[in-house]
Amino acid sequence: MPSLGADMEHGKVVEWLVKPGDYIHKGDLVAAVDTDKTVMDIESFQEGVLAEFLVDIGDTVDVGTPIARITATPAEVPPPSKAPPPEPPPAPHPRAAGGLPEPGAKVPPPVRHLAHTLGVDVGRISGSGPGGEVTRADVERAAAPSVTGAPPRKEEEQPEARPTPAETRRVRSSPLARRLAAELGVDLQGIAGTGPGGAVTEDDVLSAVPPRGQPAAPVSAEKPAEAPPSEAAEPSEPAAPEHVEPQEAPRRGRREAGSKAESLRQAIGALMSRSKKDIPHYYLSTTLDLAAAMAWMQAANQQRPVSARLVPSALLLKATALAAKEVPDMNGFFAKGAFQPSSAVHLGVAVALRHGGLVAPALHDADTLTLDELMDQLRDLVARARAGRLQRAEMADPTITVTNLGDLGVESVYGVIYPPQVAMVGFGKVLEQPWAHNGMLGIRQAAIATLSADHRVSDGLRGGRFLGRIDELLQAPDRL
Amino acid sequence: MNEQDARQAVESAIGKVAPDVEPEDLAPGARLRQDLELDSLDFLRLVEVIAESTGVDIPEADYPAVATVDGLVTYVAGHG
Repeated sequence: MPSLGADMEHGKVVEWLVKPGDYIHKGDLVAAVDTDKTVMDIESFQEGVLAEFLVDIGDTVDVGTPIARITATPAEVPPPSKAPPPEPPPAPHPRAAGGLPEPGAKVPPPVRHLAHTLGVDVGRISGSGPGGEVTRADVERAAAPSVTGAPPRKEEEQPEARPTPAETRRVRSSPLARRLAAELGVDLQGIAGTGPGGAVTEDDVLSAVPPRGQPAAPVSAEKPAEAPPSEAAEPSEPAAPEHVEPQEAPRRGRREAGSKAESLRQAIGALMSRSKKDIPHYYLSTTLDLAAAMAWMQAANQQRPVSARLVPSALLLKATALAAKEVPDMNGFFAKGAFQPSSAVHLGVAVALRHGGLVAPALHDADTLTLDELMDQLRDLVARARAGRLQRAEMADPTITVTNLGDLGVESVYGVIYPPQVAMVGFGKVLEQPWAHNGMLGIRQAAIATLSADHRVSDGLRGGRFLGRIDELLQAPDRL
Repeated sequence: MNEQDARQAVESAIGKVAPDVEPEDLAPGARLRQDLELDSLDFLRLVEVIAESTGVDIPEADYPAVATVDGLVTYVAGHG
């Protein structure tokens, strides 16, 4: 965790921009870090292959804590249990045996090269090979703790063993505070501590208890929430951030962090500001005729057990994915001044988290899924989003995002594009509406679909065609 | 099924689907979507959990009748 400012003491990894196995150059962006003030992308100080992440999304760690391990190539990553066989020494030399090798001594050239690549000083490594020779494993061990070029973490900042997967972030707290939190049902993870070293005190716990017995807002488990998705969901979440504010926000001391939901709100704010600043949005809307789709779905659901029933969202998402495949100007990334269309459609789905905030993880290759597959994956994705178990790729991959606020009642939603994507589709509530057709007035199920798209990539004509395709596809639901 | 059993089954199902909902949120007239903020996937899961625990299968056509906590309790009591 590099220092991103003189006053920065810790940072929270909110997004990985790379994945294990990626080849990383010096200067490549590797992660987004929330520093309480804003979210920043951080770059690698090393070149090599990303071997593993050492912290999870949502983890807050002190400056200097290693957050990832980078090695030369995947083949050279030693299995954790046993080190690879040492390189045979070209000429066994008794000199360095038993002690620290002198700089330059007893290091076979390939190992020296590796050490150089990893930025490891071989002179400081105690060799474990024959005759005290430095092996690849030695170099990689030495490289591991210093991936970000930062000092080793301080002993007292070491997180303890993690009790359960759900509690991936340890919070320093006093025993009294822990007991109090357990009694009050407050999650320590969401509380910014004001005690020594940022420890959570009983006062912090008390002030985190929301008014009127509502569950504490910053409740846990919603870690990926910090990877802020993009959309104007605020109107649908009236209860979200307001009750987060502790009643008597006391001397917050050096941890200006505020509550978790507060910093999530800030992270969303920062990303949305960037989106609105950089992306020239244009907006379209159309009313979808859902008579055929809803009739088909209701008939299909009658034949199905509850566990296999479909919801309207599944049809809307599938139609959107197919339309995005056909109108590539909506699907891809705008980066480095140019649009890169994506041949795959990874459909981001905005998921509102129960205590405010939202995430928009991807349904991978949504255009190729059957409705049943899409439905299964959607249920799984939403459940994991709420439980905080999303994978990095799910957070990073969406090529276009859908927000479906209609589920909670609004008639239309105009989203904010999630950079670097170029389009955001919004679906409102499925409603019975008076509908004129062939000179007759009838009642049909309908919903308003909206599109926010990037004018650097497309214009209204193309965007209109995209929305039109969604409507057309929904007229033949059996072919979705 | 009597109403008390039905209420218990409903409350436990809601607790499963939306663990953050507090018992005091379950006012008789509370609406599942607007007041408890269950979305369509949560609702489907709720219907599924109720089917598992009580054997009462709520067809889609009856969804409007079970839009509130009380509606759901009455439905389960009447069909269980």
